[in-house]
Amino acid sequence: MAVTILIPTPLRSYVGGRDSVQLDARNVGEVLDQLIARHGTLQPHLFAEDGRLRSFVNVYVNDRDIRELSQRETPVQPGDTVSIVPSIAGGTAVAPPSPKLSHEEVLRYSRHLILPDVGVEGQRKLKGARVLLVGAGGLGSPAALYLAAAGVGTLGIVDFDVVDVTNLQRQILHGTSKVGMSKLESARDRIRDINPHVEVEMFETRLTSENALDILREFDVVADGTDNFPTRYLVNDACVLLGKPNVYGSIFRFEGQASVFYAEAGPCYRCLYAEPPPPGLVPSCAEGGVLGVLPGIIGSLQALETIKLILGRGDSLIGRLVLFDALKLQFRELRLAKDPNCPLCGEHPTITGLIDYAAFCGIGAEPAYAGPEITAAELDAERRRNPDLVLVDVREPHEYEIARIDGARLIPLGELPQRLNELDGHAEIVTHCHRGVRSMKALEILRAAGFAKVRSLRGGIDAWSVELDGEVPRY
Amino acid sequence: MTLVLERRHLEAIRRHAEADYPREACGLLGGTAEGDRKVVVQLVPVANARTDASRNRYLIDPDAFRRAVARLERDGLDVIGVYHSHPDHPARPSEFDREYAWPWLSYVIVEVRSGRAGAQHSWVLADDRRSFAEEPVTMEEGNVVWQSPS
Repeated sequence: MAVTILIPTPLRSYVGGRDSVQLDARNVGEVLDQLIARHGTLQPHLFAEDGRLRSFVNVYVNDRDIRELSQRETPVQPGDTVSIVPSIAGGTAVAPPSPKLSHEEVLRYSRHLILPDVGVEGQRKLKGARVLLVGAGGLGSPAALYLAAAGVGTLGIVDFDVVDVTNLQRQILHGTSKVGMSKLESARDRIRDINPHVEVEMFETRLTSENALDILREFDVVADGTDNFPTRYLVNDACVLLGKPNVYGSIFRFEGQASVFYAEAGPCYRCLYAEPPPPGLVPSCAEGGVLGVLPGIIGSLQALETIKLILGRGDSLIGRLVLFDALKLQFRELRLAKDPNCPLCGEHPTITGLIDYAAFCGIGAEPAYAGPEITAAELDAERRRNPDLVLVDVREPHEYEIARIDGARLIPLGELPQRLNELDGHAEIVTHCHRGVRSMKALEILRAAGFAKVRSLRGGIDAWSVELDGEVPRY
Repeated sequence: MTLVLERRHLEAIRRHAEADYPREACGLLGGTAEGDRKVVVQLVPVANARTDASRNRYLIDPDAFRRAVARLERDGLDVIGVYHSHPDHPARPSEFDREYAWPWLSYVIVEVRSGRAGAQHSWVLADDRRSFAEEPVTMEEGNVVWQSPS
C-alpha cells in the first residue's frame, strides 16, 4: 500500500487533472521530491527559488501540519494521507511598510530580535503598531509600561483624571512626585523615560459616544482598562463597529479577568454579558478595594495579548476568558462562544451605532441622586441643632476601622434590610458611605420601608474628611 | 477559462467587502470546473486571519481552507477561486497578491472606496508566476457579460 497525496484544485492541472497521487516514500521530503520528479511543472508553485517550501504551501500528514511534526523529516507510512493545503493570502499593493529599526533600536530590542517568533520582522511590526489604552489607571499602568518597553511605536492614552495619592498603591505608571498632575502628562513622562522611541498620543477627555469612534478609528488594537460598565460597553461597541480587537481586563478585590473580544473572529463583550449588572450591585475598586498587585498581573496579560495580536503569533485569548484568583493563585479558563443572537455582532444586529451608555447601564453620567442629599457642612450644622439626628454608616466593618464619623452607627448595606427595626421611623436619618453611592442604595431601602425623613451625605465620609474634619483619614 | 457567477454571488461579495471596510474582506468561491468554465455555486466567506494588518492584508489559513473544503465537498463542490477586497485601492492584483497566488484559481478583487464597493475584476496567475491575467467573467442570468468598469 502506498502513501496517498491529496492535490488541491489549483494544482490538479499539473498532475493530469487528478485529485490524488499514490507513491511510495518514507518521509515527507521524499514524497515532495518524488512528486516534483514526476510532475516537474509543480515545482515553482510549491517551492521558492531558494528551494524551500513556499510559505503559503502547507503540508499535512493525516490531520497534522508537518510544521508541528518534523517538517520534511516527518515519517510517512503506507496508508497515510499527505495533503497539500493552501493558505490564501494577499492584499493591497501599498502596504505601509513596517518602519525600519535604527542601530540604537536594534540594540535595545536585541532580546526580542533573537526570538524566532519576533525577530526583526516582528519588532518592525511593533514599531509600526498603534495601540490605544483606555485609562491610565491600575490596568493601564503595567500595560503602558510593557508596551512602551516592547517598542510599540504609538501609544494612545485616554484619561481625564489627575494622579491621586490613593492611586499609587497600584497605578505604577505614576509616582509620588506626580500627585496632582494630569495622569496623561505623568504617563507621557514615564513612557518617555522608558523608551523615547514611543510616540504618545494623549486624549485628555472622557471617552463618550460622541468621540469614541473618532479616537478608536486610528488605532490597531484597543486595550480596555476602564473601571466602569458604561465605558466598558462603549469600548466594546465601538471596537465591534470599527472591527478592532478589544483586549479586555477587569479586576475586583483579589480576582481578575482577561480576554480578547474581537467580533471578526470570536465573541464580543456583549456575547458574554448581554446586559450590565444593576447599578450599585458590583462595587468599583474605589468602593470594594483591590489588591495592588492584581492589576499588575491582569494589565500585563493585556500587554501580552496586545503584542501577540500585533505579531500575529501564538494562540490569542479570542474566544477564551481567563479568570485569575490571586488568593488561590489559580488561573481558570472558560470557552466563550459567539452569541448568534448578540444584538451587536450576531447574525441580525440591532445595535448599529453607539448609544447612551449611562442610560443603558441605568445610571446618569454623574451618579443619579434620586433622593435628597445633605452636604457635610449642612450635616454638621444640623447635628449641632438636633442631637436626635441619626447618622447611619452603611459601609463595611473594615472600612469603619479605617475611618469613621463620631457618633455614626454602623449598619452595613447588606444587613440593612434585616436591621430596620433598630431605627426609629420618626427620627431624622442621614445615611453615609465612602463616597455617596451605597448610601443612596440605603436611602432607597429605607424609603421603601416607610422611613420618611431620610437623606444621604453627599460625597460620603470622603467629603466629610475633605470639607470638615481632616482628622478623619481618607482612603 | 471563464468565471461564471450569478448576480447574487456578486452582490454578496460586494456587501461583504463593504461591511468589512476598512479591513480586507476575503472568502472562497465554491463551484465546479466544466470544460473551460469555472461555475460558482456557493460562496464561503472567511474571517480574515490577519489580526496584525487587516487593512492591507488578508489571510485564509490552512485550517479555514480545510474546513471550507470539507463543507464544499459535501455538496460535490471544489474551491475554484478566492475573493478579496482592496480598501481604497484599485481592483488589480498587487505584487503581494502575485507572490502568494496559487495557479488556476480565480482571484476576484473588489475595490472599496470610502466604504462603497466599486470596480471588480477577476484574475488568474500565469503559469510562470510572473503575472496575473484578467479573466473573462460571465453573469449567467440573462447571459449578460459583466463588463467591469475600467
